[in-house]
Amino acid sequence: MGAGHAHKLYRHGHSPVHALPAHCKIAAVFCFVLVVVSTPREAVWAFGLYALLIAAAAGAARVPAGFLLKRLLIEVPFVAFAVLMPFVAEGPRVHVAGLGLSVSGLWGAWNILAKGTLGVAASVLLASTTELRELLLGLQRLRMPPLLVQIASFMIRYGDVITDEMRRMRIARLSRGFEARGVRHWGVLAKSAGALFIRSYERGERVHLAMVSRGYTGTMPVIDATTATRTQWTRAAVLPLAALAVCLLGWTL
Amino acid sequence: MDPLSTTTPAPAPSLHVSGLAYAYPDGHQALFGVDLTVARGERVALLGPNGAGKTTLVLHLNGILEAGAGSVAVAGLPVAKGNLAEIRRRVGIVFQDPDDQLFMPTVREDVAFGPAAAGLRGAELDARVTEALTRVGMADFADRPPHHLSFGQRRRVAVATVLAMRPEILVLDEPSSNLDPASRRELADILRSLDVTVLMVTHDLPYALELCPRSVVLSGGVLVADGTTQDLLCDEELMRNHRLELPFGFDPRSVTVPR
Amino acid sequence: MHVPDGFINAPVSVATGALAAAAVAVSLRGARRELAGTGQGGGAGAERTAPLAGLVAAFIFAVQMLNFPVAAGTSGHLLGGALAAILVGPYTGVLCVSVVLLMQGVLFADGGLTALGVNITDMAIVTTVVAYGLFRVLVKVLPRSRRSITVASFVSALVSVPAAAVAFTALYALGGTADVPIGKVFTAMVGVHVLIGIGEAAITALTVGAVIAVRPDLVHGARGLTAPLELRTSPLTAADAAPAAAATPVPAPAATAPRRSVRRVWLAGLAAALVCAGGISYYASASPDGLEKVAHDQGIDAKARDHAAKDSPLADYSVKDITDPRLSGGLAGVIGVGATLAVGTGVFVVLRRRRNAADARPTAAGAPAERV
Repeated sequence: MGAGHAHKLYRHGHSPVHALPAHCKIAAVFCFVLVVVSTPREAVWAFGLYALLIAAAAGAARVPAGFLLKRLLIEVPFVAFAVLMPFVAEGPRVHVAGLGLSVSGLWGAWNILAKGTLGVAASVLLASTTELRELLLGLQRLRMPPLLVQIASFMIRYGDVITDEMRRMRIARLSRGFEARGVRHWGVLAKSAGALFIRSYERGERVHLAMVSRGYTGTMPVIDATTATRTQWTRAAVLPLAALAVCLLGWTL
Repeated sequence: MDPLSTTTPAPAPSLHVSGLAYAYPDGHQALFGVDLTVARGERVALLGPNGAGKTTLVLHLNGILEAGAGSVAVAGLPVAKGNLAEIRRRVGIVFQDPDDQLFMPTVREDVAFGPAAAGLRGAELDARVTEALTRVGMADFADRPPHHLSFGQRRRVAVATVLAMRPEILVLDEPSSNLDPASRRELADILRSLDVTVLMVTHDLPYALELCPRSVVLSGGVLVADGTTQDLLCDEELMRNHRLELPFGFDPRSVTVPR
Repeated sequence: MHVPDGFINAPVSVATGALAAAAVAVSLRGARRELAGTGQGGGAGAERTAPLAGLVAAFIFAVQMLNFPVAAGTSGHLLGGALAAILVGPYTGVLCVSVVLLMQGVLFADGGLTALGVNITDMAIVTTVVAYGLFRVLVKVLPRSRRSITVASFVSALVSVPAAAVAFTALYALGGTADVPIGKVFTAMVGVHVLIGIGEAAITALTVGAVIAVRPDLVHGARGLTAPLELRTSPLTAADAAPAAAATPVPAPAATAPRRSVRRVWLAGLAAALVCAGGISYYASASPDGLEKVAHDQGIDAKARDHAAKDSPLADYSVKDITDPRLSGGLAGVIGVGATLAVGTGVFVVLRRRRNAADARPTAAGAPAERV
């Protein structure tokens, strides 16, 4: 995973959505999801409208539907949970095809599926139109503590390096005829994990030396200071504001 | 310029190490009194077997380790707590593993890190970054993440990250390790084209011969030899005593050193 | 276990978000202290924090992908909270796991953005704090040796995963959007996560053991151990320098100070464990296990064989001769904790006695050191 996965998620492009500053997009997606989550689940049509909004945003970003749908697969474990719900929940039951299903369980399942899917779709849209580095800078501009941003960017930078090391260790194990097949082999895997930790930590110490050698004193120099114009904020706000309107309708109707 | 250099008519040497001794906190002593002077513009190879104290010496040059005894001065400025920021600007260390050195998400940001930490901003910073990347032939890769580059390209960017600070002296730790012959030659061309003082820590004796007219041998925590690289490499007894070995079939006498 | 959007309602999401932000802020300060270290450069904590915490976060990220095979065809993966807390300390642990969760949420849409607070509270804060607290208590109670560190890692990782499940259930009880009874969620979550916890515990303990064997100085949780470990003498010099060895003050004075309060902590921990086990099982047993129920409803348990321990007094977590199901469930929990403790204590008494006997033979001076 690591950055390796991340730039697979990112789709290079020059759409209006790509051009928006990252912090506007992050704020917009966050507000959108917040609005979706606070919509009453009985307003089924509202979720349809939200889906249309996301589809419109994806269209503006020129992200193909197939790409978006494929990325939604990450949700699958919770879909399983949602599918179980009608069987487990209590309250009055309806009978569909010979199975007794709880009404409130069905609503609960619908609630999780709809809101979860919309949330994932919005996040995927954000990640596929914003470069990794931009995302981190955007978080920093949204007042996330700089130290946290630094840690996150180191994690992204070295995620690949460490994953590579892990892969090489696995290949080394395989080359010597070892294949983890069951509980008996946990010891070997754990030794690899231990070695990986030591390597990671020592690399951290070396990176620190390299940074100090170039004058690092605890704060990252701010190299670019992008600011968003009023128009950019307005454009980014279209999605959550439209969603808010739908949400308010959902509460009143 | 600085107060010390006014006492001597000639410019202060790029590096002046005298009587340097150091013991690690665990009691293991690595350096036992090292004296070394590198004049401005010189290219010197620091040779020595594993565990001779080469890396320990390098970490003293920019004040990461504090001398137990003796002193280090860079272009006349002593390495001491008060002027570490300036010392670290003057001494550019290129570490062995470029993945340790290139810690920023893009090449451009990484090269900008040092000058930006020193307070440079805006167009001046951009110009500095472009200049450094051009000197190592990596200007086209400015916006790439470092892990997408080949090992040789990463090493060159690592050199650019310290060149961007306009250092007085460039210290390279095993610059030729893990490079294929072409990358090795490209790096040598780059290093030769630079007009900075170079101290190169290496096991790669032919590389030292190719690049550095002068070599010093560090063994057991003291300098045991100092002379022209060709003379040192031809001194079989010295080589044997300090675990220095030439690659198979390489005869330093037969080489005409490019100058 | 990454909670998506819409699973927990908005107020609880916001509240946990605030809790997570506060915890991360505290951790940022704590991590500076933990990572200050005395290594090369010996710089202030702040400048070491970013690279070291970043690399540890990357490590956790990678280790979460290390699948360990459980049985034919299935495999699990590490959550890493307990491992991080033991290896680098609780603050850095919370920080690193939080950063991993943040990045997973923002970059991979794994875990909802609005559920970030829930996810951090649950998986970063609860696992790490529970694991580290338990680990410290165990390390103080158990004899000072590397084996104890491994045992303590195992137990704390084992408990941390169901603890996260309990925390999740609590959040669900406060702000769950589906109408599933809490008892069912609880039993299903805890039941599944006890199983996950066993894998987590084994891998965590083995990993900590592997690191301790090579770089004991890097294991935050074993820092107190390094001083006594330096006392080992080779059999050759021990014979020559026997008087010198005897003269050295063997029991570290620093180690005796915390011992005084240990008994109290130990008793408090025991009481807490019993109360939790009793109280929680009391509620847990109120409804049958969620998965069992599902299985029963679907009729797929027709062929399922009875549990091997069905006839043991603790089968199905209820005591046979007590009719009130809640009360008997609670009692079963208490008995379970008691039995675990008894077995554990027995094992340690035996191990310690054996080690002391072994030490007594080569050098008389070594034995008191081990008994600290």
